[in-house]
Amino acid sequence: MVHLKINNIPVEVKEGSTILEAAKVAGINIPTLCYLKEINEIGACRICVCEVKGARSLVAACVYPVNEGMEVFTNTEKVRKSRKTTLELLLSDHKKECLSCVRSTNCELQKLSNEYGCDENRFKGARSEYEEDHSTSYLVRDNEKCILCRRCVAVCKKVQEVAVIAPSRRGFNTHIACAFESDLNDAPCVACGQCVAVCPTGALREREEIDNVREAINDPEKVVVVAAAPAVRAAIGEEFGYPIGTNTEGKMFTAMRMLGFDKVFDVNFGADLTIMEEANELLHRVKEGGTLPMFTSCSPGWIRFVEYYYPELIPNLSSCKSPMQMFGATVKTYWAQKEGIDPKNIYVVGVMPCTAKKFEKTRDNENASGYPDIDAVLTTRELAKMIKNSGILYNELPDGTFDNPLGEFTGAGVIFGATGGVMEAALRTAAEELTGKPLDSVDFKQVRGVKGIKEAEYDLNGTKVKVAVASGLTNAKELCEKIKKGECDYTFVEVMCCPGGCVNGGGQPIQSAYTRRQVDLRSKRAKALYDEDKKATVRKSHENPAIQQLYKDFFGEPGSHKAHEILHTSYVDRKHK
Amino acid sequence: MAKKIDVPFNGTKEQEERLKKALAELKVEHGGQGLMIAALQRAQDIYGYLPEAVQQMIADELGVSLAEVYAVATFYAQFSLYPKGQYKIGVCLGTACYVKGSGDVYKKVCDTLKIEGGQCTDDLKFSLDATRCIGCCGLAPVMTINDDVYGKVTPEEVEGILAKYRD
Repeated sequence: MVHLKINNIPVEVKEGSTILEAAKVAGINIPTLCYLKEINEIGACRICVCEVKGARSLVAACVYPVNEGMEVFTNTEKVRKSRKTTLELLLSDHKKECLSCVRSTNCELQKLSNEYGCDENRFKGARSEYEEDHSTSYLVRDNEKCILCRRCVAVCKKVQEVAVIAPSRRGFNTHIACAFESDLNDAPCVACGQCVAVCPTGALREREEIDNVREAINDPEKVVVVAAAPAVRAAIGEEFGYPIGTNTEGKMFTAMRMLGFDKVFDVNFGADLTIMEEANELLHRVKEGGTLPMFTSCSPGWIRFVEYYYPELIPNLSSCKSPMQMFGATVKTYWAQKEGIDPKNIYVVGVMPCTAKKFEKTRDNENASGYPDIDAVLTTRELAKMIKNSGILYNELPDGTFDNPLGEFTGAGVIFGATGGVMEAALRTAAEELTGKPLDSVDFKQVRGVKGIKEAEYDLNGTKVKVAVASGLTNAKELCEKIKKGECDYTFVEVMCCPGGCVNGGGQPIQSAYTRRQVDLRSKRAKALYDEDKKATVRKSHENPAIQQLYKDFFGEPGSHKAHEILHTSYVDRKHK
Repeated sequence: MAKKIDVPFNGTKEQEERLKKALAELKVEHGGQGLMIAALQRAQDIYGYLPEAVQQMIADELGVSLAEVYAVATFYAQFSLYPKGQYKIGVCLGTACYVKGSGDVYKKVCDTLKIEGGQCTDDLKFSLDATRCIGCCGLAPVMTINDDVYGKVTPEEVEGILAKYRD
């Protein structure tokens, strides 16, 4: 242990701790901007500078290791002046659109500038000029709001492995760019949006579709259907001041109705449907000697990763569309037929914790009815924004519920939003299919939790099923390499692109680096889903009465010809294209 | 933001083999670590510049992304994304020349050839670099084209000088 004093307060911390960590022990917060725990620890922004007795100059607390007898001062006049000047220099080359910026009131630069009473026009000099990159269907880059903290670069490289953005040029000309200044759309980006989730400012944001949705709602010809993904309910409350991990599903349903959506269904229903098809496909592959291990196909970022980086593993991907796409396809075929509505007049909105879903809806072969399965995708943040600017007092709303029949869901559908959830849901159904009798316990606890790679082996009526679960593409890559080399014999592999799964997706409410340091967003939000599963009366997808009815009335059985036409899809090799 | 940088590339099979061999040697020398700059230097020795196809080869060999290679290639002044032209134009931006108006001469060359400093025209005829003092301040502002030196250049003279080198 190391003993030191911070602002004259004695503290004892582990060797190798940084000043930033030691200060926390002393009950002192040191502001940061570029620091992102375990992901971006580069001491670049100089906001966290402190005075150390005997040191030649101010030191960066986020990377400076403590040593015995050290005396640190985090709040002297010199320190405050330095931080303020650094902020004012950042502001001198910042597009100050703070009044209307999407990150206003949730911007780390704005918060600090306010706290330090910065004069935003103190330094007048050259301004960097960059065009916004609107090339993709899922996100927008605005380098004029970028402060070069490199958090996006670090998450893209260290967490998601793809490193499609990096600092380009140097000095005043430094900016974050794709190789050869190409548009993001021409780079092998997986669309996960983790860069958006970690950006301290408004330099990265999703491509908004709120106006399109409002236009559809206002169109008397259109029947507008909305459905949220499992993970949305575990996080949207954060936008309205609820503690992280509060499930506000009931209020969300009520708010959706108040926004004017004609039908409030649920993508959890699509998740249950996915399990029916995916479990069937898995058993079929096992019996018929198909390509194994089979990969889940719910996560569009993961799909893009395979298509760009491991096209040789495309045959391993389940042909199942994602729950969102299955849901949309079912609305525009089965439900349209049942209700006697022309699918042309149905507008389906998915509310997603994800930016890649905005890309997914534009994929080829995702238009079972002849019209796009999904018309618009709103992130969790966008739905919250719509609720806020519609004058809906979310916190005061009574709990509502979904509409039938495509809203009904089971506990298995709910846990799709967390890493391991799809695997567990599939095992519940596949196990009963194989054994022909009800499970003693539906809890497959080995596949739960936020660990990057989880493995388990189950004996299902004599059939050995070895499974693996990965989240975050660095972990996915590790599995892909092992599978390519034939170093493992998994039957079924679940991959979610974002670390911790969809609950931590790129479309979820943005939490500051400070909050992320104190709270594990992944497990808090996941717990909200597992709690809902635990309380559910039906916890197996194949026991969802609405799903049973759907197969009886429409699809026949899982994997039927009709199911294949409507609920399955295909992939493209993007590496060699 | 600049448009995508798209530079013509006519690398030969022989150059590619030389690069592959050089990279393999570097890997042994460096034990697989910290060889990005050395790799870019070798590649620039072989090709004269670092177009996308060459950087992609380096990325693949080193197991990093193209954006990461590009980041290093654009950080160091020694690396060029553009080939050098048949006629290498230098405009001195040293103190004496600059005071005498070489900045305007430089800008005129850029505008006439539609390139920026460090770049090359699409027909590979002219490339432009800003130089530091070349030791003939009495002639300021000075412009050079290969071994030819032009002194006391005015922006108005630029087009006439360049015309001499066009076919």
